[in-house]
Amino acid sequence: MNSPILKISGLTMDFGGIRALNRLELDVNAGEIVALIGPNGAGKTTFFNCLTGIYKPTAGEIMLTPPGSSKSISLKGLKPNHVTEKGLARTFQNIRLFSQMTVLENVMIGRHCRTKAFILGAIFRNAATRKEEKQIVESSAAILEKVGLADQANEFAKNLSYGAQRRLEIARALATEPFLLLLDEPAAGMNPQETHELDRLIREISKDGQSILLIEHDMKLVMSLSDRIFVMDYGKKIAQGKPSEIRANPAVIKAYLGEDVDA
Amino acid sequence: MDYFIELFFSGITRGAIYALIALGYTMVYGIIGLINFAHGEIYMIGAFTSFIVATVLSIYGFPLLAIVLLSGVAAVIWSSAYGYTVEKIAYKPLRHAPRLSPLISAIGMSIFLQNYVLLAQTSDFLPFPELIPDFPFMEPVAHIVGSSDLIILITTAIIMLILTFIIKFTRVGKAMRATAQDRTMAMLVGINVNQIISVTFIIGSALAAIGGLLIASHIGQINFYIGFLAGIKAFTAAVLGGIGSIPGAVLGSLVLGLTESFATGYVSSDYEDVFAFSLLVLILIFKPSGLLGKAETKKV
Amino acid sequence: MSGLKVIKKALLTSLWFVFLTFPIMVIKVDPVERIIRWRWQNSLYVALGTFCVYLLAQFILQRKIKKLESQTEQDSLPKESVIHRILANPKQRNLLIVALSAVILAFPLFSSSYQTNVMITALMYVVLGLGLNIVVGMAGLLDLGYVAFYAVGAYSYALLNHHFQLGFWAVLPIGGGLAALFGILLGFPVLRLRGDYLAIVTLGFGEIIRLILENWSEFSKGPSGISNISRPGLFGIELSLDSAIIYLYYLMILFVIVTIFIVNRLQDSRLGRAWIALREDEIACQAMGIDKRKTKLVAFSLGAFWAGIIGVVFAAKTTFVNPASFTFLESAIILSIVVLGGMGSIVGVIFGAMILILLPEYLRALSEYRMLAFGAILVAMMVFRPQGLISNIRRTYRFEKTHSLNVK
Repeated sequence: MNSPILKISGLTMDFGGIRALNRLELDVNAGEIVALIGPNGAGKTTFFNCLTGIYKPTAGEIMLTPPGSSKSISLKGLKPNHVTEKGLARTFQNIRLFSQMTVLENVMIGRHCRTKAFILGAIFRNAATRKEEKQIVESSAAILEKVGLADQANEFAKNLSYGAQRRLEIARALATEPFLLLLDEPAAGMNPQETHELDRLIREISKDGQSILLIEHDMKLVMSLSDRIFVMDYGKKIAQGKPSEIRANPAVIKAYLGEDVDA
Repeated sequence: MDYFIELFFSGITRGAIYALIALGYTMVYGIIGLINFAHGEIYMIGAFTSFIVATVLSIYGFPLLAIVLLSGVAAVIWSSAYGYTVEKIAYKPLRHAPRLSPLISAIGMSIFLQNYVLLAQTSDFLPFPELIPDFPFMEPVAHIVGSSDLIILITTAIIMLILTFIIKFTRVGKAMRATAQDRTMAMLVGINVNQIISVTFIIGSALAAIGGLLIASHIGQINFYIGFLAGIKAFTAAVLGGIGSIPGAVLGSLVLGLTESFATGYVSSDYEDVFAFSLLVLILIFKPSGLLGKAETKKV
Repeated sequence: MSGLKVIKKALLTSLWFVFLTFPIMVIKVDPVERIIRWRWQNSLYVALGTFCVYLLAQFILQRKIKKLESQTEQDSLPKESVIHRILANPKQRNLLIVALSAVILAFPLFSSSYQTNVMITALMYVVLGLGLNIVVGMAGLLDLGYVAFYAVGAYSYALLNHHFQLGFWAVLPIGGGLAALFGILLGFPVLRLRGDYLAIVTLGFGEIIRLILENWSEFSKGPSGISNISRPGLFGIELSLDSAIIYLYYLMILFVIVTIFIVNRLQDSRLGRAWIALREDEIACQAMGIDKRKTKLVAFSLGAFWAGIIGVVFAAKTTFVNPASFTFLESAIILSIVVLGGMGSIVGVIFGAMILILLPEYLRALSEYRMLAFGAILVAMMVFRPQGLISNIRRTYRFEKTHSLNVK
């Protein structure tokens, strides 16, 4: 369980003269839930964008090692779609669903990179394509049931409640069969009830052996879920450790939690 | 050498007129991020209005100076009115629509206005009255620089100065710059954003109208279709300079005017328009931020 | 707004438009004869027209607002239109299909060649619309130079027929293929551009193709065009003009059916879903592992392919091509068809083509105002009904609930 599937070393990202990420080091082990926290503007989302190929990092290395494999793949400089193909899937801080598509179709899109049918398959709909389509629908439906959205499968995504939209984003990312799931502030804007459901959902997914890296501001959620926590400030890692260690770390308290350490 | 200077001045003149139209594109783009496809038509309507007014006045025997001034004023008034109305009808309701919706609406507006003028007036080319006389003091250099070139250059220069003043130093100009930077923030500090957008359209249209008047009297004929090509070329100039940037629009226009003039003068005039379109395509593909524009960073 | 206030605003708007249209609508000058005609009656028409249009627009807007208010936050899929309801009922659908195919098949028998010809044109636009619909409606790429691919098809048949006497059927796949190739060639550089820039670049590309055809006389015979192109042959038999038209009519019916079949299947495929996702959100789409470039390129070249095919048909139908047939306005007409019908909706595009091509033909008085109306339609549709007359209905899937895992 303890081999790292994601290892990031010396990751640096410059925008013009601004250094958004400064020699960041981070690793995620198989099956772990790792949280990345830090004040607003610390560079957390920039970090995700570098990881998923939306930005090209200035320097550093991102290595992904699929569980059970000894070969590592570098993700640095890959296009976003290739990163997803290699086994990294993400959600977005500001929800980015395909609003004119149904809930089920949103998840089916996630199956895209694991399936093959193309122009000829679409037109002639041969046996292989029909089988593939059937599998796409079934596996997508199964994921929807897992996140509790099966009843709304044929609704438009935009008509879902806020919490449900966030869960749909997770479902969509899961459909790509990632080795590592990246969640960008999954609890942002949720009410306590929804956050509680999210907590259960993430645990449920984690129980299946899914490794998870999440950015989150809700300290209660982070402390209860995470195996390990990384703390960032001004693009740098300032601390890492178990939740109990982070809670007691003076640097973290100073930089991030400030005076009210009630979490 | 004379030929070179002749081409140079004809290029600068072209560039000056493109600049008058290009400013409208660039200001509107800067403020609402829309390629105002109907802007070429506003220019065409300016040319038509000045044509109609000038012809009517000349039939009634007005003196030349009065004709020039009155037709210019009429062109500015009506073009601005059209620009204002087009924005209210075709763009304002789509302010929060997906990005392509206002563009499609703009294309529709452009086709509508072209055919409106075609139906209400004519599809023939109309001879535009000569509004700019040949000045006697220009006689010695007339084979290189015409009097109308001179007038066009001077008018454009004056207008640029006025525009720069408005944008840099007046309240409206400041509000325009604020709205261009961040519409929501501008609204929060009490700027009437809708009003500022209208003002932008009005200023842009007025400039296009003056461009319409100048080019029509320079070339000597107009028809309902002149807006399409002039619009595309001015847009090319705006993109070349960096769309959204006002000095960029002027620079881009001069570069486009000069290159067109030299290319047709030394190479061939058959492919004049192909040249402009190719330039447009190449810039958009290889340097969409243009000469003076800033590259956009995507936000996720 | 209260009724009186609306009337007052309508009057003011009318007044404004009377002012606005004054120089262009009222005054008409003849600069050569030096005559001025004052057409004051036009001001009256403008006033009345504006008044009515304003009230109508207000009415539509009010209804839209009311509808939005009455909708609860958790509304279901939008209400299906009459057409969708008919299509959903197998009995009604079959009846409709039988009746429609009877009319379609018998059409040339009870119409003149002229009318059959008009119908062929309409059918050509149906296919063009469906082709552009892949690009604009599904993949969300605003292609304003679609007519360039149409020209590629038409000129490939014209030139190959002129120089090498190649027949219609031989050139049909070549024309489509060449157009698709052009689509790929153009697509490579432009597809990474943002939506509105892409639109302008495709427009520029379309105009470049037309201007080259106009100026490169050695290649394309310039503005005078190429004439005496062969009509499609039927197993080597030379047909008379009338029977050639009827033959072409049935050919077009076949093309339309094949196109509908293919486009429908594409829409419900992995590829079609990727197109729609791409239209909705590019960044999310890439994050889901979809290759943006490849997916767009396929949409672009598939759309171009249909334009190429219809280009060949066009050359064969008119037996004459020249650059004047391939102006930007042609692209705008096809775009109007897609926008009016409903972007992404197959049924919508068919209706759009029929309305926009047939209506001006049969209402002769209207044909003069054709392009005016096309422009107005583009604006009005965007403002009042961006989803088009017949909006696309997303497919719903049925599945068995197998897992009992539920987090809630």
